[in-house]
Amino acid sequence: MLSYIAKRILSLIPVMFVVSCVVFLVVYLIPGGPATALLGMEATPEQIEALNTELGFNRPFLVQYADWFTGIFRGDWGESYFLHQSVLEAIAEYFTPTLSLAILAQLFALLLSVPLGILAAYRRGTVLDVASVSISLLGAALPGFMLSMFLMLFFGVYHQWFPVAGYASLAEGIGEHLKYLFVPALSLGIVQAAYITRMTRSSLLETLYKNYIRTARSKGLKEARVVLRYALKNAAPAILTAVGQSFGSLITGTIVTETLFNIPGIGMLTMGSIDRRDVFVIQGVVLFVTFLYVLVNLIVDILYGFVDPRLQPGRK
Amino acid sequence: MSLLHKNVSAVSEAIFREQRQLRKERLLASPGLIIGFVGFVIILILAVLVPALSSADPNAMVVVDRLKPPSAEHILGTDEFGRDLFVRLMYGARVSLWVGGCVAIFSCVLGVVIGIYASYFKVLDHILMRICDGLIAIPGILLAIALIAALGTSSWNVVVALTIVYTPSVARTVRASAMVVREQPYVEAAKVQGFSDFRILWKLILPGVISPLTVQASFIFAQAIISEASLSFLGAGVPAPAASWGNMLQASKLVFSKAPWTMICPGAAVVVCVLSLNLMGDGLRDFMDPRTKGGAKK
Repeated sequence: MLSYIAKRILSLIPVMFVVSCVVFLVVYLIPGGPATALLGMEATPEQIEALNTELGFNRPFLVQYADWFTGIFRGDWGESYFLHQSVLEAIAEYFTPTLSLAILAQLFALLLSVPLGILAAYRRGTVLDVASVSISLLGAALPGFMLSMFLMLFFGVYHQWFPVAGYASLAEGIGEHLKYLFVPALSLGIVQAAYITRMTRSSLLETLYKNYIRTARSKGLKEARVVLRYALKNAAPAILTAVGQSFGSLITGTIVTETLFNIPGIGMLTMGSIDRRDVFVIQGVVLFVTFLYVLVNLIVDILYGFVDPRLQPGRK
Repeated sequence: MSLLHKNVSAVSEAIFREQRQLRKERLLASPGLIIGFVGFVIILILAVLVPALSSADPNAMVVVDRLKPPSAEHILGTDEFGRDLFVRLMYGARVSLWVGGCVAIFSCVLGVVIGIYASYFKVLDHILMRICDGLIAIPGILLAIALIAALGTSSWNVVVALTIVYTPSVARTVRASAMVVREQPYVEAAKVQGFSDFRILWKLILPGVISPLTVQASFIFAQAIISEASLSFLGAGVPAPAASWGNMLQASKLVFSKAPWTMICPGAAVVVCVLSLNLMGDGLRDFMDPRTKGGAKK
């Protein structure tokens, strides 16, 4: 197991190396250098030249890259010219609300999708199954922020059960915190659930017709036990994969949703940085989120072995 | 001799007829394909015809008619500048479909070139696939945001950014199918006969990857439309005042609690279009999968 984890981590090195190259190139390839983006249209060529020199953007390409790359490990991710703080500090400051929102949304997604997927597979061909399949098709076609707008309208504007927008940090009390995050998390969760429901249903459908399920039934075990313990256990890796794969869309969904609900998270940071063309912050955010995404999928891969011992590496 | 020839042609005729019949049955067995195709074609026709036939200007502002609900005069109502939403929706369809279509075509062409060469040359394979792995690891919208922040907002840059986002997954699919085709005896036979690599790749392997490619193209088309909407919603998409579905949604962000129709119209357009394309993709996949049987369902 340990050697498997080590191997898996080693396999990430080329991936993260390519990611770092891409992220670096994004800034390097800005027409006129990053100073043009930072200083805007009114800057004179001399000002641009001066800032490019200050930032070291007129050194040879490889020197710049090597410097930037080692900087990442030293914790030097560049400076934000508009926030007057380092990129890493900015990300750390804006990350907590995003994390809260993502966790809550994932929770909603699992609570909605797994029972629905199980029921749909178990009652295959019934109205319930058809409904869950159609809803998940619809969910796949719906841009996440659309649903957020609908729920905002319903919960916040028409019924006023929840605040329309805004954010309260965890320090202001868990109840207050959850009250502000409920609607955005629900809308993100539903969109995620559409995908996970489909995966749960299809993987459970496969296992429900296996011989050991027939054996379990003929032994006289209760249906609930057969489905929940025998079938679900074997469908679990597929659900886990779905969760890992959809993490990327969850985090990007969070970014878009935050801007709608005025939650001061990574999304607001990103959007503000787009407006200001604060390229180093965007670069940092992409690198950070990608790292997180890769990490989540690493954890999912490691969890396989625990969920399904047959998938444990080194086992015959 | 002529008798034999006649028999052969009769038999092949019968086989062709049988295959046609089978195809027809399979087509009818996947209603999603037909529904999706019809839905998409209707949207396409509307997007092409309505702006061409009507003289209404999508950017004409009538300030007194601000935020009017749907009525006989404006069948979908007006937005915060008093612009007719129906007209804007149709012009927006052109932009959104143009972005989606360009991204689907460009990423497929690039993906095929990369995937097919990667499948055939070992050294290239290692390099290209590592690059694809890296690009896939970056969440799509985020990569697009970064690229657009660097390049500046314009509809061409949206196309460029999304093409970079979707090309790696096409390359992977193409490579996987090309690897299977490469092992076929007829490719080996061609190699023995001294076919050039170029001819093997484009004449023999390419036809084998077309069918999974068309399926993926329709999904990418759909994804690109959603991504364009998300990017425009964030302010990193098609710049105003040009209408695109994402743009219209972004504009409605400030007024939708008072005027929900400003959000529902472009939103519904995105959903219907993406749903059609997804159904089409699912249907195509079932249709091309030899395991799917025509007639009665399994």
